[in-house]
Amino acid sequence: MNASTYSYQFRPEKVRSEFFRLLPISLFVVAFGAAFGLAAVQKGLEPLQAILMSFTVFAGASQFAAVDMWGSEVSLIPLIAVVFAINSRHLLMGASLYPMLREMSPGRRYGLLLFLTDANWAVSAQEYQSGKRNLEVILGGGLALWLAWIFGTWLGVYFGGLLQDPKSLGLDMVLGCFLLAMALGGNKSPRTLVAWTVAAISSLAAWKWLPPNTHVVVGALAGGAIGFFWLEKKPDDTVADGETSP
Amino acid sequence: MMIETTTAGVLALIAIITVVTLVTRFGGVFIMSFVTINPRIESFINTMASSVLIAIIVPMAFSGDAGSLAALVVTAVIMLATKKPLPAIAAGITAAGLVRYLGLTTL
Repeated sequence: MNASTYSYQFRPEKVRSEFFRLLPISLFVVAFGAAFGLAAVQKGLEPLQAILMSFTVFAGASQFAAVDMWGSEVSLIPLIAVVFAINSRHLLMGASLYPMLREMSPGRRYGLLLFLTDANWAVSAQEYQSGKRNLEVILGGGLALWLAWIFGTWLGVYFGGLLQDPKSLGLDMVLGCFLLAMALGGNKSPRTLVAWTVAAISSLAAWKWLPPNTHVVVGALAGGAIGFFWLEKKPDDTVADGETSP
Repeated sequence: MMIETTTAGVLALIAIITVVTLVTRFGGVFIMSFVTINPRIESFINTMASSVLIAIIVPMAFSGDAGSLAALVVTAVIMLATKKPLPAIAAGITAAGLVRYLGLTTL
């Protein structure tokens, strides 16, 4: 890697501290990995197959949806459509990190993206809003989450009965609460609040009336459109129309 | 097209799911590498980023039970009051567990 052409200073010691920073939430991810492992073997996957899936896919919601479609046969196109729809938020999450990622060599850039998931992205995106550049959390935090997800799956396939109902303990809400805390910790300018309102309304509308699993992308793009047309600070020349999709 | 869940079939399915997920992880950044970042795109990206969170959470609040709603409301209140994520999340989870333990179905 040539450090002189790519200006992002990636700090290995910070990767370590970010690993430990996301370790608490990773403990909760273990519970979800266990729930997935249990669901997967109940649907007929071999234990090692379930663990392999968590190892290579590392995207919980889509894995649950995938094993939900399991049977003696699996129809391919619906499977691909569902997995793509659920994971399409990654497209936007990755794009939002691009201003930082472009200052890294492509090899490192795409290597980092292997670890991209909701929680570590939320931390990085939120810190970027307040002017801090933190890609280390994608790697360090991502490693913690990934290992927890694999370990949890392993627990679930072999000792699934241990935690039958994570929901009764409120554990299903860990990620939701985490993401909400991240959102509310960011800056709240009038523009942001308008964008959130638009995002909330359009994601709800999409959830109600559009095909399943499209609501995140629809809401996020609608919120993003506010930012596209409403620039902060400098008074802007008005553009008649423009494409809002990236 | 159907794939049988034999050992080879399952491995193929896992490979396919992996590739589809990888496309979503790489795709946004790949597309952005053809886009010139100007203030307008930067503004779009930043607003879109925080909107992703809202678009995940709001339907979650509306589709879930009283416990999940309680979790999100309590998290929001504590977070806005204290600005500390960990107590806010812990309180939210506790609220969900408590509401479900008490068997409340509607708030």
